[in-house]
Amino acid sequence: MQLMSGNEAIARGAWEAGATIGVAYPGTPSTETMESFATYEGVYAEWCTNEKVAVEVGIGASAAGARVLSTMKHVGVNVAADPLFTAAYTGVNGGYVILAADDPGMYSSQNEQDSHFYALSAHIPMLDPADAAEALSFTRDAYGLSEQFDVPFMIRSTVRVSHTKTPVEVQEPIGYEPKEYVKDAPKWVMMPAYAKPRRKVQLDRIAALEAWAEECPYNRVEMKGADIGVICCGAVYQHVVDALPDASVFKLGLTWPLPRKALADFAESVEQVFVVEEGSDYLTSLVSAQGIQLSEFPCTLPRDGELSPGLIKYAFGQAVPEHIDVPNDVPRRPPALCPGCPHRLVFKELSKIRAIVTGDIGCYTLGALPPLAAMDTCVDMGASVSMSHGFELALANREHKPVVAVIGDSTFGHSGLSSLITTVYNKGAGTVCILDNRTTAMTGRQGNPFNGVTLQNRESRELDLVGVVKALGVENVSLVDPHDAEAVREALKTATTTQADELSVIVFKAPCVLLHRQRKPHYFVNADCRSCGVCATLGCPAISKDAETGLASIDPALCIGCGQCAQYCKFSAIEQVADTSTNGGAR
Amino acid sequence: MNAAKTILLCGVGGQGTILAADLLARAALAAGYQVKVSEIHGMAQRGGAVTTVVRYGDQVNTMVADVGETDCIVSFETTEALRNISFLKTGGYLLVADETIKPLPVACGKASMPAKAKAKLAEANAVLIPAHDLAVKAGNAKCENVAILGALESQLGFGADLWTEVISGRVPPKTVEANCKAFELGLEFANAE
Repeated sequence: MQLMSGNEAIARGAWEAGATIGVAYPGTPSTETMESFATYEGVYAEWCTNEKVAVEVGIGASAAGARVLSTMKHVGVNVAADPLFTAAYTGVNGGYVILAADDPGMYSSQNEQDSHFYALSAHIPMLDPADAAEALSFTRDAYGLSEQFDVPFMIRSTVRVSHTKTPVEVQEPIGYEPKEYVKDAPKWVMMPAYAKPRRKVQLDRIAALEAWAEECPYNRVEMKGADIGVICCGAVYQHVVDALPDASVFKLGLTWPLPRKALADFAESVEQVFVVEEGSDYLTSLVSAQGIQLSEFPCTLPRDGELSPGLIKYAFGQAVPEHIDVPNDVPRRPPALCPGCPHRLVFKELSKIRAIVTGDIGCYTLGALPPLAAMDTCVDMGASVSMSHGFELALANREHKPVVAVIGDSTFGHSGLSSLITTVYNKGAGTVCILDNRTTAMTGRQGNPFNGVTLQNRESRELDLVGVVKALGVENVSLVDPHDAEAVREALKTATTTQADELSVIVFKAPCVLLHRQRKPHYFVNADCRSCGVCATLGCPAISKDAETGLASIDPALCIGCGQCAQYCKFSAIEQVADTSTNGGAR
Repeated sequence: MNAAKTILLCGVGGQGTILAADLLARAALAAGYQVKVSEIHGMAQRGGAVTTVVRYGDQVNTMVADVGETDCIVSFETTEALRNISFLKTGGYLLVADETIKPLPVACGKASMPAKAKAKLAEANAVLIPAHDLAVKAGNAKCENVAILGALESQLGFGADLWTEVISGRVPPKTVEANCKAFELGLEFANAE
């Protein structure tokens, strides 16, 4: 027995099943799955520019006969949806398994969509493990099933499966022999002439899957009392068992297609039947649609966020146990840009010029929070660039503040590039800031095409960001050191004033402080501080302002000596110490 | 069959709650229990509030903690102890490192610290542990989290030998001695309380 997270277990299950190729784009809570898979012997794993590319690489590798793993977060499935829907027509050659990791409660996502709906609408069977042990065995089995039914299989997890460690039993790999590739245009060329017959193949497959769903080992009934029956899946199953120890439970391990007859039989065997699910009404609507009369919860079960045993108990009328209330004056503790973060001054200067800032997905989304508060929008990967184009179009004939898009290097590679091409092609205006911190920072510092680091440290090449932008035909392109406040200010000023009617791109290039973790002698506030508070508006975790005197101070244990703040002090009150001997230890 | 125990560890990103949770889970596993450890990654790592839940027992189902049903809260910071205090069940164990870290909104003057934080913790019968001092006494200030685990052991009863083995097998070899000492000092402190 060893403790493994759901993500590690999925990687292990894929390896045990003989998967040798892994293709993905990082995204919480899915990221460690591919990182873990990459460490197994005999495995090739890579980061792709985005999830659509990853799934296409995956379909290619499957067609050529290998067993393949792709992993992504729930919103990544949106990006991958195009190839996914048609992969359910072509089917597979080598087994193909795709992880969709959902984030109910939105711990690190922009929405809490339920990936079940993709399984339903793309007609791709979906397995829903409830812990790491199931994550491993379901994934291992999914490869054989993918080949048996000639279709990719999806594994759906949530943050409480992906990031919960539970004991698992491991096995040795099965010794899979890759399949031969044989040209078969009617199966793989999805133009109407061939896609129409494949649609019929798909319908036959759906019927076969529906029949199999009735007796597959992934669904199980735990009969207890005859009063209450609960239908559930995934981590929610674990909550239900704790919340309602006397209830009978239909635990779905296969969440598409659903076992209609088995569910109807279960509903017949209990007085009242409930569906308990989080984040959406996927199961509720499907179960109701087959004529099963679901009972109303005595009290409300939340529709948003994560469930817990407590929330389920309250829905069944139990009282919240006695507890101490959280004092209402506990201040929030949001995450913040790190001390020394190269993004900080860009947001500080954007906030000073009161720009309309279209933001994007990454650490730099934290620039939206006070005190920087320098972001107007954040929707999805790449949207900063295309939304700024939209803002410019709508504001073209009106006096308006400068419109500035802010996007990271990895996100630019993911889908910002195609947005920028659209702006260039249509002669759009505005300013695009590419915050090139040399890594995919938010998900844990993965490689990307613009830093040339690959998942298994294979030799690569670093794409020239400035060169790529120039090659698109953008004339105003500059490369700026984001730690230099004056240079940041000038670059933004030029782009938003003299070049206001044209498109300009500024590449702010400096490595994420977590990459090399270098510390310089720290800074301190001397007696010249006039309590003006400007340094505290940078939102650096190392800087604080005394609540009464307003005097600033710098925590030597947190300061890494970047010197950003000193550039904003008009009174020369922020100084660097001569050496690091007084620096606090790294935590 | 005994009901599973729920331990909620909380603190500020970077304080070492995840390592502490990992050690605790290994110890429970070594003691022959089923274990689940639920971590929240992502945004929380950038200096935000973090929580990790460890549940162990003969049979463990859910991996999350609920209001008024948590056996032990182990907080690495005083404000975070207050933020999570509603999870504690009546008569539960509230262990808090005597350390306060200002959240960014407070540091930059946009919010203020909670009033009478320590008095409120005392009202909830919190055990305030000088984890930093104990770690320094043990020879390494970074062993704070293990000193806290030592104090928590007073509620668990896994046995000091089991912990020594778990700690020795997990921490960097050079720090084994200091970590084991910190554990011992933490346990002594809790037993004397």
